[in-house]
Order: sequence, then C-alpha cells, then structure tokens
Amino acid sequence: MSKLIKPTPTLTRRTLLGTAAAAAATPLLGRYAQAQSSEPIRIGFQVHRTGIGASYGRWYDRTTTAAVKRINDMGGINGRPVEIVAEDDGTDPKRGAEVVEKFATQHNCDIGFGTLFSHVVYGSAPRAGELKLPYFVVSEGHHVASGALNRWTMQPAITDVKSQVQAMAPFVADNLGKKVTMIYPDFAFGHDHRDYFSEAIEKQGGEVVAKIAIPPSETSFTKYFPKIPRDTEVIYHVMIGPAVLTFVKEMGEFFGPSKPEIFGFLDSLEAVDINSPGLEFLEGTYFWEGHPRYAQADQSSHDKMYREAVGVDENGASVSDPKDVATYSHMFGCWETLNIVKRGMEAADYKSTADRSKLIEAIEEMSDMPLSDDHPQGAKRFNGKTHQTFGHQYISKVDSGKLVLAHTSSIEDTLYEDEVDYTTQSF
Amino acid sequence: MEFGPHLLLASLEGATTAAVLALTAMGLSIVFGVMRVVNVAHGEFYMVGAVLAWFIATSVGAHPALGFVAALLIAPLLVGFLAAGVDRLILRHINYDPERTIVATIGTLYILQQTTLMTFGPDARPVEPPFNSRIALPWFEWGENGFEFYFPWGLSTTSYKLFVIAAAVVILITLWLAITRTKAGLVMRATQQDSDMAQAFGIPVKTVYSAVFGLGAGLAAIGAVLVVPIQQAYYLMGHDPLLLSFIVVIIGGLGSLPGTIIAAILIGMADGIISVFFTPTLAKIFATLVVAMVLVFRPKGLLGKSTS
Repeated sequence: MSKLIKPTPTLTRRTLLGTAAAAAATPLLGRYAQAQSSEPIRIGFQVHRTGIGASYGRWYDRTTTAAVKRINDMGGINGRPVEIVAEDDGTDPKRGAEVVEKFATQHNCDIGFGTLFSHVVYGSAPRAGELKLPYFVVSEGHHVASGALNRWTMQPAITDVKSQVQAMAPFVADNLGKKVTMIYPDFAFGHDHRDYFSEAIEKQGGEVVAKIAIPPSETSFTKYFPKIPRDTEVIYHVMIGPAVLTFVKEMGEFFGPSKPEIFGFLDSLEAVDINSPGLEFLEGTYFWEGHPRYAQADQSSHDKMYREAVGVDENGASVSDPKDVATYSHMFGCWETLNIVKRGMEAADYKSTADRSKLIEAIEEMSDMPLSDDHPQGAKRFNGKTHQTFGHQYISKVDSGKLVLAHTSSIEDTLYEDEVDYTTQSF
Repeated sequence: MEFGPHLLLASLEGATTAAVLALTAMGLSIVFGVMRVVNVAHGEFYMVGAVLAWFIATSVGAHPALGFVAALLIAPLLVGFLAAGVDRLILRHINYDPERTIVATIGTLYILQQTTLMTFGPDARPVEPPFNSRIALPWFEWGENGFEFYFPWGLSTTSYKLFVIAAAVVILITLWLAITRTKAGLVMRATQQDSDMAQAFGIPVKTVYSAVFGLGAGLAAIGAVLVVPIQQAYYLMGHDPLLLSFIVVIIGGLGSLPGTIIAAILIGMADGIISVFFTPTLAKIFATLVVAMVLVFRPKGLLGKSTS
C-alpha cells in the first residue's frame, strides 16, 4: 500500500496540483468526451405529480413519454437518445426551485422542462437562470412574455393568457354580451386573466362588472356566487385545482333555470367529463379550448396521429379508460416543446451542457412553425425576443354533450406589442 | 343580491358546514374527553372516510342511492376499525402519554395521507348524491299588493344539502341517547371520569379506549361520507376539517359535548355568513380570533369544566 501513494520521481507536487485542478475544472467535458454519442440527452421533466396540479401532471407525463418515444424512434437528437428524468414538484413553488436545482447539479440534465402552474414557474425560473439551465415552461402564464423572468426561460409551444383572452374578447362582446362578471383563481394565472381580459373587453366596448377571485384550493363555491351582479350578461369563468367539477356544478345549481350567457375557459373542466351529472346546464354554452378535446369533423391527420401516439380517444379520454379525461387543451405543449428542443439542438449542433447558450440562441432564431406532426395543435409563430409563442385559439360550443368547434381565431388576433427583449440580456 | 335573500342563502350554506363540522368535531371531542388524547390524525380519518365512500359507491355501481347508502354504512365502520387498530398498535404502547400521542398521531397523519396518495391517487373524485334537486326558495316583500312571495335570482339550495343537515341532527341525537341512556355510554362516562376507578370496578378500560378512538374516527368518517357528494374525495381534504374541529373543540370546551355542538353551529354559521357577505379569508380570521378570545377569557372553553 505504501508503495502506491508514494509520488513517482517524475511527478512533482506542482504538476500533481495542476492536473488535479484541471480535472476538477472540467469534469463534464471529460465525461462527455469519453462517452461521445452514446451518452443520452437528459431532459429534466418537472412534473406536477401530486398537489393541486396532479391531473395535469398525469397527462403531461403521458404526452411527454409519447413525444420522447417518437423522437427516439426517429433516431433521437443529433444521433443521441433522449432520456427523461422526471421529478415531482408537488405543484409547489418552493419544491419547484429545488427540483430545478436537482436537474442542474445532481442529474446533470441538459435542460429543464414541463412546468405548468404559473406560481411554480415564478418560483423555479429564477433558479434556472442562476444555474444557466435552459428552462422550457408549458404554462400559459404571461410571465415569460411580460419580461419578469430571464433569458434561460422560454415558452415556445403554448400561448399565453394575454394573447388568448385578447382573441376571445371580440367573440364574447359580439355574441354573448357586454357586461361580464369574471370568476377566476386567486393566483398569478388568474390575475393574468383578470388584468388582460378586462383590458381586452373594454376595447370591445364592454365592461367587467364584477371580479370574483377564488383561492385555487377552495372546495365549496356557492358562497361566492351571490356576488354576481344581477345585470350580468355573461359569466366568464376559469378555474383550476382539484375541485373544478364542484365549482361548475354549484354554479349550475346557483343559477337554476335563469342563467346568463356563460363563457368558460376549458381549464374549468380539464380532466373532467363534460357529461358528469349536474353539468347538463352547460349545454349551449361556450368554451375556450387550447386544442379541441373532441375529434372534430375536419380533424387533421396530425391531430389523429398525436391522439393515437398519446393514447387519447375521439372523446378526449384515455383509450384504456373512458372515464380518465385528458387535459387536452394544455398537454400538446409538452409534445410541441420537445420537438422544438430537438430542432434547436440540431440547429445549434448541441454536444454537451457547454452548448446550452447556443441552444437558447438557436431557438430565439425560430419564427413560423407550420401545422405538422411536430405541431398537431396548429401553426405557431414564435417571438424570439419575448420567448413566447403565438397560435390559433379555439372556441367550442357544448352541443349534445360534446364540444363542437364554433370559431377559430387567427394568429394575428392574438399578437400584442413586445414587452421585453430577452436577446439583449447576457447569458 | 338583496340583503334578505342573501342572508338566507348564507345561513343555508352555513348550516350545511355546521352540520358536517358538528359531526367531525364531536369525534375529536369524545376522544379527548375520554382518553385525553389530542388526535392530530383526525382530519385524515375524515379523508379516508371520503375516499372509502368513493371506492364503495363506485364498486356497488348500481343506482347512486344504493352506492351511497352502502358507503354510509360501511365506510365509517371500516374507518372505526382502522382507528381502533391505530390505538392498539401505537397509542397503547406509548401509554397515552400526552406529548408522545401528539407525535404519534402526526406520524399517523402522514402514513394515512401518503398511503392514500399511493393507492387512491392524487385526483379528486366525485360521488354521485343519492338524490339532488335544486330547490328554489321564495322570499317575501311588502309590495303594492301587500304581502307577496317571489323567487329571487340565485336563492336556492339542493335537497341533498338539506338532507345533510337533517342526517347530522339525527346522528347527533342518537349519539347523545347512546351516551346517556345505554350501558356502553355509562361505561364510557365512567372511564372518562376516573379511568383507574373504572378499571377497579372491572371495566375493560383498554377496550373502551379502542372503541372510543374508533367511534371518534367513525364520526369524522360519517361527516366525510355526507359531504363527499358535495365536495369530492381528495387525499389532501383532511386539513381544513382538522383545523376547524380543533377550533370548535377549543371554543366549546375540550371534552364538553354540548359545548362542541354550540361551537360548531357558531363557527359553521359564521363561516357561511362571513364568507358569503365578505370573504372566506375573513371567516377564517374571525374563527381564529374567537379562539384567541376564548383562550384569554375562558381558558376552559364556553362549557368546559374546571378540572382542578
């Protein structure tokens, strides 16, 4: 043993120190150089497996798995297989930041991806920026485009609330009514709805007569409804959390036969069967949809392929369990984000974590993305400066217990002026 | 909404909350009264009751009423046995020492919650009510034609919510009769007054403890089965009932059953009315403030007896 630890005559203390320092400084480079193309690309998947976002998490997981399978079947990214490293964040902002840190320092992930709930995005994105980890959120919040986050955070595949409500306001004002009462969850995502829809409806000559905020963990809702003013023409509802079914049901019980017009964001019924007992009153009302849950008459071949790959039937439920309804209006974002990451890594000739900033730059270069198997929800226009994508929005009417597409907005309807230019920030 | 109909709606909502709360808090109060155990896992027994109700109702599968009745009969029993098991396996072995029972029941809380998460899953699941029709309620006014009835917009309740209130009243009366009029109730009261003396008179105190712990959890489970057609079963639903039950039991006086009922009505109605007229947050602030005031001015609670 003593022989082994004795320095050899040619190895001085100084060179030994130097070698050790160099080795410590470049541990990642060394490993990748050895592993070459066999090393998989590791995508840290921040998933809401528990907590109030759990039903979204389940479907984000299935969509991500299907998207990765398709990418790997097509030969992976730059010849390397893609591996998902999933971590539950409990739909909790504090845990979210810890999960991002685990991706960067413990799992040695190339990117972080998949966060939905806006308060978790707000909690996690600053840490991703500090760790210089490309962080792709699938959230709908206006947080990215507002400039509140950083250059490492992008939302390239799902549109934000500000653009969605801007496209909805003309439809609501023209077809349903001008006096709107808004009911929304009391956190960042709901506040985006409150602020940007109020602004958008006023431009259409309408007004918001009452704003009713409900905590996302609330379980009983009748107590909130008496605050709806009697002269309300349209109820605008968007709710999230485990109790959405109760929310919609109690709304129906409150109004009884004399209900105003109702316009909802499908968030209020994601993962819930629209034919559940107590929801009959929704017949004839309208919903925003991110991606039509029911296969429509003019379904594209891309939507068909995507449904099959993820395992969703034509009613928007799992093929193995018709009661397990998908979060179809949101989960396409996971599928499309991964395809964008693939194209970005290919364009940047991404080799290792040292190329992370090149990946960001390559995606910032992107713009129009046509409807395709990579983008089954519809065409997109990505804005590299604001790191936010824009796309078509859908309005469906409940007709014989199904959501039937009534209106598709153009991408132009959803555009607004840039509020930030992330490309001017240094890495 | 006008003031009169608004207040009626608020009171109805409050009465439903109070009914479920009275059952749940009663369970906590009995356990404390007889065993001097502060059961932090009480909310989780409530949650397990709701989850079992969902499981039983969906397994029965026939008419919703049949599934619901089965759930109402079986779920509280199963939860009661589960709690009795917890008493035998854990609480008995730490000798009902006050500090250690708190720690042990906190541990039980997490075991129950995480086991439910791992088996039942993280989703909220609905149980169909046995019957549920909207009942529009009339209001009166002095109009041009004198006294008139009319149906204000939004003033309604459902037949099921009224059933919950009635069921809670019936169960509480039965419980009171059982405690004051039966042999089992006598044994329970004897154990509560002096467990050493009860033991000396041949009462199997350990069995009584297990039964009481099971009864307490079973009452929480009954409350949960009643509420689950309104609120859905969810693995994190035990938190609020636990907090509110503690508030009620502290206000009413630890171990005092009439005090618990009065406090449950007070807190339930206040919660309903304040939430409707102002905000639910203010309702929670009010409840906590009442607790603070009671602790300052009547440390034994409204009807609590001095134990000196």
